[in-house]
Amino acid sequence: MSFFEIFKFALKGISANKLRSGLTMLGILIGVAAVILLVAVGNGSKVAVEQSLQALGTNTITVQGGRTTARTGYSTDLTLDIANSLKAAPDVKSVSPVVTSAQTLNFGDTTHDVQQVIGTYPAYFGASNSEVAAGVGFAEEDIDQAARVVVLGHTAATELFGATTSPIGERIGIGGQIFTVIGVLKEKGSTGFNNPDDIAIAPLTAVQRALTGYGPVNSITIEAVSADAVPAAQAEVTALLNARMNVTSTANAPYTIRNASQLLATRTQTAETFTVLLGAVAAISLLVGGIGITNIMMVTVTERTREIGIRKALGAPKRVILTQFLIEATLLSVIGGGLGVAFALLGSNFTIAGVVPVIVPSSVALALGVSVAIGLFFGSYPASRAAGLRPIDALRYE
Amino acid sequence: MNVIEIRDVTKVYGEGEAAVHALAGLSMSVAYGDHVAIMGSSGSGKSTLMNIIGCLDIPTSGSYHLDGVDVSELNDTQLALVRNRRIGFVFQSFNLIARTSALANVELPLAYAGVKPRQRRERAMEALDMVGLSGRADHDPNQLSGGQQQRVAIARALVTEPALLLADEPTGNLDSHSTADVLSILDKLSTQGRTIVLITHEDEVAAHAGRIVRLRDGQII
Repeated sequence: MSFFEIFKFALKGISANKLRSGLTMLGILIGVAAVILLVAVGNGSKVAVEQSLQALGTNTITVQGGRTTARTGYSTDLTLDIANSLKAAPDVKSVSPVVTSAQTLNFGDTTHDVQQVIGTYPAYFGASNSEVAAGVGFAEEDIDQAARVVVLGHTAATELFGATTSPIGERIGIGGQIFTVIGVLKEKGSTGFNNPDDIAIAPLTAVQRALTGYGPVNSITIEAVSADAVPAAQAEVTALLNARMNVTSTANAPYTIRNASQLLATRTQTAETFTVLLGAVAAISLLVGGIGITNIMMVTVTERTREIGIRKALGAPKRVILTQFLIEATLLSVIGGGLGVAFALLGSNFTIAGVVPVIVPSSVALALGVSVAIGLFFGSYPASRAAGLRPIDALRYE
Repeated sequence: MNVIEIRDVTKVYGEGEAAVHALAGLSMSVAYGDHVAIMGSSGSGKSTLMNIIGCLDIPTSGSYHLDGVDVSELNDTQLALVRNRRIGFVFQSFNLIARTSALANVELPLAYAGVKPRQRRERAMEALDMVGLSGRADHDPNQLSGGQQQRVAIARALVTEPALLLADEPTGNLDSHSTADVLSILDKLSTQGRTIVLITHEDEVAAHAGRIVRLRDGQII
């Protein structure tokens, strides 16, 4: 007897009780759709993190002052001197010492607590991927003259001036000191943890004189000559810093040095853990769907015991009965799985919890493969029970 | 040579004290073309005998040759093949497969035998024609009367051209009119040379048979 004919028997068996078959398929549908969609959401957030971090600049190295454990007797603060000495490294393109300070901005009666007022050198705009969208950035002579000029981030500008007014040329107060707005940065978009648009960037000398005083700098942003040169630049900078700051043990250095790709790796790893977690939760619902198949196939076999007896009396071999019930179970899970894939593809067009889902093709293949395996695995027990029935017992069954 | 050749067959259910001897050393033979009725009260062992003849059950001891084949030696798969090729069953409760047309029901044994669909359809239509139901080929069992269902069952039993037609109380669930229909079909088959073994407790049904075998306590009397 050909496979195709057994297949037709199986199809008939499924369509005999449409509501029940439909509900069983629904279990698998939900499982498969959940696996694909949740993995897509996890993947989508990973892609979003990667994109936003790339916007921060991939050639940059950040040196942060301060150590994690107890201090030594040496001076370990990052001074302007130390920062300027780093320019000697061959793979370093620019060095921008950075002082930061949280301040209140005001323009007339409007006030806004900006996340960071950054005092730095002009090279910082390039190193931090901060494009000036309107107006201009400040230049070297502004540093020399400690000019009271400021470039606002997109959020800071709209908070103070609204979306329509141009802030260029206006005078604003930063922590009580008057600065003139000369430019506005292009919008970067949120990375989720902090808003890179809620900043104000001013010349280092002006910020030190007006706001922070002439202490050590908070951090140094270093731009390598190219993305490939980042590891070399990092090594050179580390060596210079160790020499200047008398560091003997690298395990307890008075600074931390990080590059953007390290940050990217950490964030990506977090997002991947998130994806695995979501996938695991969805896989459980797929398993539950599989148990639903066993359940319904058991009921079907019990219900059709007499029919199985008749088929056996008419000479149906064990193999044919086994195949028929296995196909029925597999069809339930494959049709359910197929509909689940369709549902997931449809659902991925919508934004879920603020994340645009990005379908992982392998998750579709995996979910479909698993649903076939579930049909075979969870269908095999009821099918072998049906095939193992003795015709005489099955015929007597009422 | 005989279609059925049973020698000293016993069938014991249970063990030790509780053992029930459903058949106690029974021997019988049925020649080709015979029309035999097996009679007996309930508990006489006639159902057990029917199951053994139909290869649905195997004897505890003794030998059974069906159409020249020693079936007590066969495994499950081979028994399925014997049931399919050599025996046609007619049951008291018809045992048609629900939600499946009369034609598909009749085709079923041929499908298990591996006959091609077109040929299968032709032979099934012929068999339905023989029981006078070719006009109802596409009806489901629940659209047919009891007598019609039993005629479909007879067509299904005949369609593989089996050596033996085995009927277990074929008229037990039928009214007198349908009983007459079914019996006339069996008579017609008998005159065509079919071997028929039927089990009944009704004398008027048994009267149609050429030979009556009476059972009591697992033995022929």
